[in-house]
Amino acid sequence: MTEKNYVPFTKEMISEYTILAPNMLPIHFNIVLQFMRDRGYTVDLLTEDGPEVAETGLKYVHNDTCYPAILVIGQFMRAIESGKYDPHKVALVYFQTGGGCRASNYIFLLRKALKKAGYDYVPVISISFDGLEKHPGFKIDIPTWYKLLYGIMYADLIMALSEQVKPYEKRKGEAAELADKLSLEVAAHMKGGVGGKRAEKMMRDIVKRFAAIEQDRSVKKPRVGIVGEIYVKFSPLGNNNLGGFLVENGAEVVLPGLMNFMLYCVYNKVEDYELYHRGNWFFYQAVKIAYKVLLSKQKSIAALIEESGIFRAAEPFDEVVDIAEKCIGRGCKMGEGWLLPAEMLSLAEHGTPNIVCTQPFGCLPNHICGKGMMKPIKEHYPNANIIAVDYDASASRVNQENRIKLMLANAKVEEVR
Amino acid sequence: MAYTLGIDIGSTTVKVVLLRDREPIFEKYERHYSAVREKTDEILTEAAPLLDGAPFSVAISGSAGLGLATEANLPFVQEVYATSRVVETLEPDASCVIELGGEDAKIIFFDGGIDERMNGSCAGGTGAFIDQMATLLDVDADELDRLSLEAKRIYPIASRCGVFAKTDIQPLLNQGASKSDIALSIYKAVVNQTIAGLAQGKKIRGRVLFLGGPLYYCKGLRKCFADTLGLSEENAVFPSYARYSVATGAAIYAETTEGTVTMRELLSRIRTAKAVQTTELLQPLFSGAEEYGHFRARHQQNAVARENIENYTGNAYLGIDCGSTTTKLALISDDKKLLYTYYASNRGDPVEIVREQITEIYKKCGDRVKIIGSAVTGYGEELIKNAFNIDFGIVETIAHFTAAKFFMPEVNFILDIGGQDIKCFRIKNGAIDSIMLNEACSSGCGSFLETFAKSLGCSIEDFATRGLFAKKPVNLGSRCTVFMNSSVKQAQKDGATLEDISAGLSISVVKNALYKVIRVASADELGKNVVVQGGTFYNDAVLRAFEKELGTNVVRPDIAGLMGAFGAALYSMRASESGIISPEALASFSHTARATVCKGCTNNCSLTINTFADGRKFISGNRCEKGAGIKTSGEKLPNLHAFKRELLAQFGDFIGTRKDTVGLPLSLGMFELLPLWHTFFREMGFGITVSKMSTRRTYEKGQFSIPSDTACYPAKLMHGHIAELLENKVDAIFYPCLTYNVDEHLGDNHYNCPVVAYYSELLNGNVEELADIKFLYPYLNINDQKELANELYTFLSERFENIKKRDVSRAVKAAFGAYDAFEQAVRAEGERAVKYARDNGKPIMILAGRPYHIDSEIGHGIDALANSLGFAVVSEDSVYHLAKMRPVGVLNQWTYHSRLYGASFFATENDDVQLVQLVSFGCGVDAITTDEVRAILENDGKLYTQIKIDEIAGLGAVKIRLRSLIGAIEDKK
Repeated sequence: MTEKNYVPFTKEMISEYTILAPNMLPIHFNIVLQFMRDRGYTVDLLTEDGPEVAETGLKYVHNDTCYPAILVIGQFMRAIESGKYDPHKVALVYFQTGGGCRASNYIFLLRKALKKAGYDYVPVISISFDGLEKHPGFKIDIPTWYKLLYGIMYADLIMALSEQVKPYEKRKGEAAELADKLSLEVAAHMKGGVGGKRAEKMMRDIVKRFAAIEQDRSVKKPRVGIVGEIYVKFSPLGNNNLGGFLVENGAEVVLPGLMNFMLYCVYNKVEDYELYHRGNWFFYQAVKIAYKVLLSKQKSIAALIEESGIFRAAEPFDEVVDIAEKCIGRGCKMGEGWLLPAEMLSLAEHGTPNIVCTQPFGCLPNHICGKGMMKPIKEHYPNANIIAVDYDASASRVNQENRIKLMLANAKVEEVR
Repeated sequence: MAYTLGIDIGSTTVKVVLLRDREPIFEKYERHYSAVREKTDEILTEAAPLLDGAPFSVAISGSAGLGLATEANLPFVQEVYATSRVVETLEPDASCVIELGGEDAKIIFFDGGIDERMNGSCAGGTGAFIDQMATLLDVDADELDRLSLEAKRIYPIASRCGVFAKTDIQPLLNQGASKSDIALSIYKAVVNQTIAGLAQGKKIRGRVLFLGGPLYYCKGLRKCFADTLGLSEENAVFPSYARYSVATGAAIYAETTEGTVTMRELLSRIRTAKAVQTTELLQPLFSGAEEYGHFRARHQQNAVARENIENYTGNAYLGIDCGSTTTKLALISDDKKLLYTYYASNRGDPVEIVREQITEIYKKCGDRVKIIGSAVTGYGEELIKNAFNIDFGIVETIAHFTAAKFFMPEVNFILDIGGQDIKCFRIKNGAIDSIMLNEACSSGCGSFLETFAKSLGCSIEDFATRGLFAKKPVNLGSRCTVFMNSSVKQAQKDGATLEDISAGLSISVVKNALYKVIRVASADELGKNVVVQGGTFYNDAVLRAFEKELGTNVVRPDIAGLMGAFGAALYSMRASESGIISPEALASFSHTARATVCKGCTNNCSLTINTFADGRKFISGNRCEKGAGIKTSGEKLPNLHAFKRELLAQFGDFIGTRKDTVGLPLSLGMFELLPLWHTFFREMGFGITVSKMSTRRTYEKGQFSIPSDTACYPAKLMHGHIAELLENKVDAIFYPCLTYNVDEHLGDNHYNCPVVAYYSELLNGNVEELADIKFLYPYLNINDQKELANELYTFLSERFENIKKRDVSRAVKAAFGAYDAFEQAVRAEGERAVKYARDNGKPIMILAGRPYHIDSEIGHGIDALANSLGFAVVSEDSVYHLAKMRPVGVLNQWTYHSRLYGASFFATENDDVQLVQLVSFGCGVDAITTDEVRAILENDGKLYTQIKIDEIAGLGAVKIRLRSLIGAIEDKK
């Protein structure tokens, strides 16, 4: 059994403590954290980057641990030791998936690191679908989950549109500025409730405002999809600002949203019941309903995007689910599991054959679901132009960029053909 | 006339090609020694007269060219892309290109759509790798090539990366294997690496073009490639422009770029381009000469007294440290004064060096000095001990501890960074309390600095000195040396000077030792009395970096590099008479070495038979006594690994009543579940073929279809097992996807790791031949017999005729019966082994890992080695049930790992039980378990020993580790 003696986050701590959260997805986390602040928590998003983060992480966790754990733990430890906070008045929050991947151990590695540094009294809260631990002062009920999911949908929308505008905007940086602004507006807007016509209006407004940015779309740029392990896929700190690099080098970034990952987690619960007979029937019915609700929401947002006539919506998740069958079984559910090849197949199917597949160096599931699927994907889509890039505390940026440049060189040829 | 210019700046060389109407009129290939801009400038200036001021178009390519192109605002073309273009233009019928560069390897397939691949971040070293290996053999690259052509046999050398290969080569050298055989083995490793790392399941066939510098220069390598790939002479093409392919491609690409320049403009743009700094900089090591002066003075205090051997009369003691790259000798007097020392590279022949040195010592001693004690330590310990009749052979840890105590009696931490090893010992209550040695993956620290210095064209001493006053040391990371190579490349691109790189490398070596090997978070953990030693610490830059990183002063003896030899000499003072080879015998001493393969068992150890002038023989490379030609005492110590292998062998090939034969690959999870699946299919009436226990050949057979070069060795071997089953013409292969393993109620969950669970998905996608048979890999739940029977029934009846539900249920029941019986037998044997050991006073070793670590190719016969050292060997799954499971500090959710924790608790509960953890390189889950197992053991005052295993075949390092463990246990008593 695992040691169950962890420091709980109590109700009394809500008013006194500052909760620190690592930054993985700037837009998403800004919305979600604002939402926590509205509920009375004091929350700080850790945005520190630079080499010290990884170096601190390397001191506290086994150096062969996944890069995301090294970065996140490095960020936490640096924040605690920065002098900015009273270590006795901070708590850490981390989002993680359960399952057979070693990523499910991040929380325990973080606690070990805290212990090593003499901060074992700091509460660590893990947010997970599997509801791994109990904290009296930090509970997420169904309405809260619902609201959180709305926040994610808004953020996905903003992220997708801003990526579609970035390569074409006339004034550099305008799309990113709008995205920042909108994340604040959305957070404020959500105070007045989520869902319904109100949400639809807000979303339509978001699409309009991105469409209003002055753009030069006379030269088509190659679209490059980014897929991979969730942290290095999204976090600029984790992937050496891959998105920025691609845009600078004349590409448009296609970043499948966080909602896909959420849907994937929910879908796996359904699959777990059907395939492995785990969980009870009521839970099974509940997640089936949740899945349907989420899917219909994703589809209605897609319709809003397509209405614009300028922007493309990502393929709905049920298509992603179906296309996985071309090369992998959906029982393969550790880490990003089957979702990873499914997203690559889906990108290739819908005109984005250029793909960067990101993973932390030595990522176990990605041996199978990332690198192991390149060959079958290329058999289905001979024009697929995929490059796998490993991220690591010491991996050289030159090496990474050189490989991405190779992918881009070929991407440009695709466009000319 | 149209001129185009292509500049290819790689990690080690600059290549420039000038074309006039696509005809080359100028070609140049030179090493740049990290002075990228200067060298480019120089070559371009040389080409200038040919152009006579004419305008031309230009493009830059290469990994180090990217930065220059951006900064000087010149067109850039990615090098693989450039190669593709040049091959399409010049060799339209080529089907495949293999290009090796300084540090990159590339394969381009032209058949069925262009497919371009580059080595990943872990496959460091091709040209640079060959250079490094040549340095190791003390020859230059040309000589290495010449040697390879005379080779008679090939030794298995790990091909994953340079560091691993070194670990394999070093013992071969020390055992006296011939340089020509090693040279060819090195090439073979490069070839294997290229194929396994890059082809990734795609067959290399048709007309193959070989490009890049190394393939242009090394004839032996070319031959090795052609032979391995089975290419006919006309299909293996080695064009004359092999070195210039990328530069030529860039020149051709330049035609498509806009605008032209003149040479004067180009040069001025390159000279004035502002270097963009992306490399992170660190604090200088010293603020200036004054601070350095104080530092020098402080360290000079730690000196040992000398006495001139010419004036000394009396007894003396000789210590020899035959290390991986260097041989050291120390002769001391009765009052522990140094009489004579020697420290030099062993140039691949340590026996000869020791012979020379003892001869020299005898000459100097004359009749005045009498050697009455001698001891040897280090990699070459046994060989030297046998060759010269040295009195004691002692393990390195003991030698170093003895020496460190001389300088600081109350020492509580010793760090030794040698040529290839990092060794750290923590001392508690006057005994070694814990030992940390670098894993195979980060070894090569000292020799890495040296090789790097050489590649930048200077000596290690000069290199170190220049680093002392570097203004802006570069941050090169703290991972393995291969990564450092890449980081250096980046720093060079950013214009870092040799001084900055030297200082940066020193800091990296230190960080690597501190955070990767010792795993400290702060200096306090090391204690107050730290002694640092090993040849690497002669380097003041490394010493300073260490003190700065720790924030504390340490003791570096003035004989830092001789501590092993000095400690051995001190140790030998317990003798009063020495049997060391006499001057007369030494005069007629000769030594020959012959390589052979042991036929004693399936391990097939590569043996080296050393024969000395008096006819004595010494055999090395063996894992057990059998290979050494020693008659065993008749006592067979328990060995659970061997027991399990024998037990599994009972589940062999079977002729069934059905027409279909099912192949079961004996790999990964099948080591656990073979009894279950074998019984199931047998009961169902299927014929069964089980793949054989792995050998090196198994790996080679399957390496063509491995897509991820960083996966663990056990996973890679799976490809060979599948290939073997396919060769045996099975009708189906069965390896199910099992997210969950058997639930033994030891943890919070009972997962398999992702690789064990889903490897079939990868096989299905990458092994083409599986499409020709029935590849069965259903997702199953093995924790519910009824459900399992239902699932198997549905699955099999869709694929085979005449499957009856009743039969399936009965077979499943029988299968679980067989599995339970197997597990019970293993546990019973575990109990018997423990009892036997106790009855006979033998120490017990839990050689713990995963079920598949019993495979002799994966475990490399470490079990037999442990037996030969006197241990009763048990496995984790044979004793975990004997301890009470306690909570652990990490998420305990994998079946195999829960057993590991259980076995660790068993070790802590029993004084006579030691645990040695086998860890496969690249095992992500073990990054979590190793720290936890260490914590469990050390909390209870036990020693933790970890052995990282990969393709590595040499057991020298493992032996030292296990002997250190024995030494430390005895020391503790």
